[in-house]
Amino acid sequence: MSDDERGLGFMLVVILGGLIFGFGLALSNMARPEVVLDFLQFEDFGLLFVMGGAAVVTGTVFALAERSKGRAPLTGADYGRRLKSFDKNVVVGGVVFGAGWGLSGICPGAAYASVGVGNYPILIAIGGMFVGAYLQGLWRARRAESTARGTSAD
Amino acid sequence: MTGLTPLLVDTLFPNGIGHYALGGLLIGLGTAIIYLGTGIIAGASTFLESTLSYVSDLPRFNKAKYVASRNWRVVFTLSIVAGAALYTVTLGDGWWVSDVQPWRFAVGGVLVGIGTRIGKGCTSGHGVCGVGSRSRTSFVNVATFMLVAIGVAQLMSALGVSP
Repeated sequence: MSDDERGLGFMLVVILGGLIFGFGLALSNMARPEVVLDFLQFEDFGLLFVMGGAAVVTGTVFALAERSKGRAPLTGADYGRRLKSFDKNVVVGGVVFGAGWGLSGICPGAAYASVGVGNYPILIAIGGMFVGAYLQGLWRARRAESTARGTSAD
Repeated sequence: MTGLTPLLVDTLFPNGIGHYALGGLLIGLGTAIIYLGTGIIAGASTFLESTLSYVSDLPRFNKAKYVASRNWRVVFTLSIVAGAALYTVTLGDGWWVSDVQPWRFAVGGVLVGIGTRIGKGCTSGHGVCGVGSRSRTSFVNVATFMLVAIGVAQLMSALGVSP
């Protein structure tokens, strides 16, 4: 289903969900890189309650929705589990992501929320994320091309 | 009995736990509302790729699923910004600017951008949604990035990089 087929109700739900998501990120202080770095340096373990609290809610809601065997009212999509397949990229990506998170104290959702708390220097990090996502896409496109031509190096 | 437990709590959680737990519940609630309404598990990092499809012709960014979702992902991201701003001007204690050194944002941002796209998700997609779905893939991803992030942050601290 494309964006064009999606109605006002769909956008309103996305807006409501995004507002609450961003409000929660600001309230939890996860939008502040210093707080994330304090957690990673074992100075304040509060972040465990942020991720734990969020996962408890999604875990409960996802499980109940799945059991209902119902469908989402705005798209007709069923509430099945959407699991991402496992391969070595999940680990490689985790290592690279973790290095960036540990260096900067910022991850994508928290970075967007950080803009909302007035933290304008975070735009540097968001710009960096776009550069990183672009480089990764470019690299994969190149690799797919060379594989298709049968010239992949050992 | 008296004294030890509060002392431990003070040491582990010098800023209390209330706002952390409440904030976490709201993060989960925002995700849950979108899921119940649309069936979509909304992670935050796919926005990076789907938004690149507006400006790049690379087929990688122009997969149907990105082009079809790019508009609402922009709306989702702007709503996250607005939600955080709403907190700041209501319950929060005013606008806030980080003291973390800009180079850490620049280098860290690039690594985060590369890493989420290789690993198919970030702290919200894997950490909140994936763990909530009891996905083994997400547990592995979260454990990996958590351990590496702790190592890197502790290393920076040991090298005297602060903040």
